[in-house]
Amino acid sequence: MKATARDLATKIRRNLFSTWYNVVITLTLSGVVAVVGTKALRWILIRAQWQVITTNFRVLMTGRYPKDEVWRIIVSILIVFTLAVITRIVRKQKKTDVYRWITVAWILSLPVITILLRGFGEDNNVLPGVKSEIWSGLMLTLVLAVIGITASFPLGILLALGRRSKLPVFRLVSTAYIELIRGVPLISVLFMSQLLLPLFLPPQIRLGTVVRALTGMTMFSAAYTAENIRGGLASVPKGQYEAARVLGLNSALVMILVVLPQALRAVIPALVGQFISLFKDTTLVVIVGLLDLLGIAKAVTGQVQFIGLHQELYCFVALVFFICCYSMSRASRRLEIALGVGNR
Amino acid sequence: MIEIKQDQTRFWRDERLINTVAQVVFIFILVALVFWIFSNYRQRGLIFSFRFLAEEASFDISEGIEFHPTDPYYRAFLVGVINTVRVAVLGIVFSTILGTFTGISRLSGNWLLRKLATIYVELIRNTPLLVQLFFLYFAIFMRLPRIQHAIILPGSGFLSNRGLTLPGLVTGSNFSAWLFWVAMAIIGTGFLVFLRGRTIKTTGRPAFNFGFLLLPLILIPILGSFAAGGSVLNWDLPSIHRSGSGILKLEGGINFSSEFLALLTGLVIYTSAYIAEVVRAGVQAVPKGQTEAARSQGFTQGQILGLIVMPQALRIIIPPLISQYLNLTKNSSLAIAIGFLDLYAVSQTMLNQSGRVVEVFLMIMASYLSLSLTISYLMNLFNKHFQIVER
Repeated sequence: MKATARDLATKIRRNLFSTWYNVVITLTLSGVVAVVGTKALRWILIRAQWQVITTNFRVLMTGRYPKDEVWRIIVSILIVFTLAVITRIVRKQKKTDVYRWITVAWILSLPVITILLRGFGEDNNVLPGVKSEIWSGLMLTLVLAVIGITASFPLGILLALGRRSKLPVFRLVSTAYIELIRGVPLISVLFMSQLLLPLFLPPQIRLGTVVRALTGMTMFSAAYTAENIRGGLASVPKGQYEAARVLGLNSALVMILVVLPQALRAVIPALVGQFISLFKDTTLVVIVGLLDLLGIAKAVTGQVQFIGLHQELYCFVALVFFICCYSMSRASRRLEIALGVGNR
Repeated sequence: MIEIKQDQTRFWRDERLINTVAQVVFIFILVALVFWIFSNYRQRGLIFSFRFLAEEASFDISEGIEFHPTDPYYRAFLVGVINTVRVAVLGIVFSTILGTFTGISRLSGNWLLRKLATIYVELIRNTPLLVQLFFLYFAIFMRLPRIQHAIILPGSGFLSNRGLTLPGLVTGSNFSAWLFWVAMAIIGTGFLVFLRGRTIKTTGRPAFNFGFLLLPLILIPILGSFAAGGSVLNWDLPSIHRSGSGILKLEGGINFSSEFLALLTGLVIYTSAYIAEVVRAGVQAVPKGQTEAARSQGFTQGQILGLIVMPQALRIIIPPLISQYLNLTKNSSLAIAIGFLDLYAVSQTMLNQSGRVVEVFLMIMASYLSLSLTISYLMNLFNKHFQIVER
């Protein structure tokens, strides 16, 4: 098809000037876009003092993590990145026999990275300890989101099974927990984990602030994961249970071998969506005093030489979140199509 | 002699027994956990009691209904609850309007409008609310001119870094006499509604147009205000005064603080992006044949949207809309980050003053839960109404 100038003109007329009100809308909006656009462009290119970002870049990314140990964060990212690339290649070539090893590698990567980031003891030469209390910046944001969603997964499965259970005690307790958590804001759960948790534990157990925040995130996220998984469980046809029972599997094995694999497959897109919102919600730890990406940005605006640079810093933070969340939601949409959820 | 049947299951494999034992063990573990927590709590020498609520709060709350430091804690909490409800109600109203508008814009035939709406939705949904709130509060509302150079809005309002001040209405000297006429207007309109309903029942068509009802509802109070001798409601125009010590003060009018405005704007912008997606999905779920049929009958674009598509889309829209309203209410707790004194922020101060962590925490939980339940109850009534209309 040839795109001549005439085609283009018809296209423009049809899409922008078809009726009198469309003409009005188009002209008004063009005016607004022109004014706002030039203002924004002038700010971005000329007036904004972006050196506040470049000067504080390392702090924004890794926070108070010791400068000499930053390589450990980079190695952790490389591990995840390599695994992701390998997974993609294996999936593309459909080498089903290596799937199991990939899963094992992913599961193993979690403790490996944790050890890498935390180190061993104070006086260890290879990996000196970095206390989780000083974790901050984008790194803390990522850690909170990833561990929050991973840890909430088993808890979520148990809660979902509990809520669908025939046994009244399990059903009641799970339902009460899920509805309670979903009915209150995340900030109150975080607050509970920061202030109440230490009161409920014996005095000799001391948890760091990051661990406490993680507990809160996990407790909160588990309720939402449970609801997602419950949706997946409901989507597995009843015939699957019955067929598995007929084959002589007991109820636990029916769940583990037949129902859960199908249910979890169906909820992957929903879980990605939940991960995105959890990732955004990690910013709330600022309110309980932790320094994640947003917390560091806020702290920087308080310094004398950077005072009043709120716009630059918050725009940068928003950009980082936007890039992460937007790419994840695009990936999840692709995944939804690839898994054929709803088309089976 | 006991005869063992061949097919009898052994007792440890009996499902009923397993189920009972599992539940009993689970309850036992739960009770033990609660006792353990309670004993740890006791070990710290803490007591559990709500008596402190009657004590003097000794902190000030500048936001919302009147509050003095000598007032008791429970009144402070009440102020916080009212502030939360205020933000939540206004936020729900405005985000519904903006969200519906954006959602429909995303389906518009106008390319520019569609693209702008899409950019808006994607940008807002993919950045954290707290970042947006910080940006709005620190980079916009705090940057507004100081009170000396306040922006004067048409109709005498002021916008400064102390917030927005608008003219208010105050009751005049003849207000109570006028109330009689207002009551008459409401009763009269109610009677007309009843009459109209009866005519429809008997003849199948209304005796007069629905818009006609507005006439007595508006006309009687206006005429009544003259009958009452004027001065029933007066404008309370805000003005900037210099007090004795030379400090500029805003007087009169209704003042909305910058914190309130930043929180409300942030919540409305954030939630409306989600509502836009809900609305878009709802409109798209209406079969295309409906639109085409309506167009072939000669309906205009506006009529198609208002009379054919929206009523059907509404049924799909309402349930997810309820959860967006609940999210907005819960998200209003972020007020504490920008210093708006809502339920959560007031509780935090109460907690620091009294040291009653568990009690205050239970109050926070109970308040949010009852707010959530109230909203879902009201919206479910609304939902039921629309679902019954369905075929």
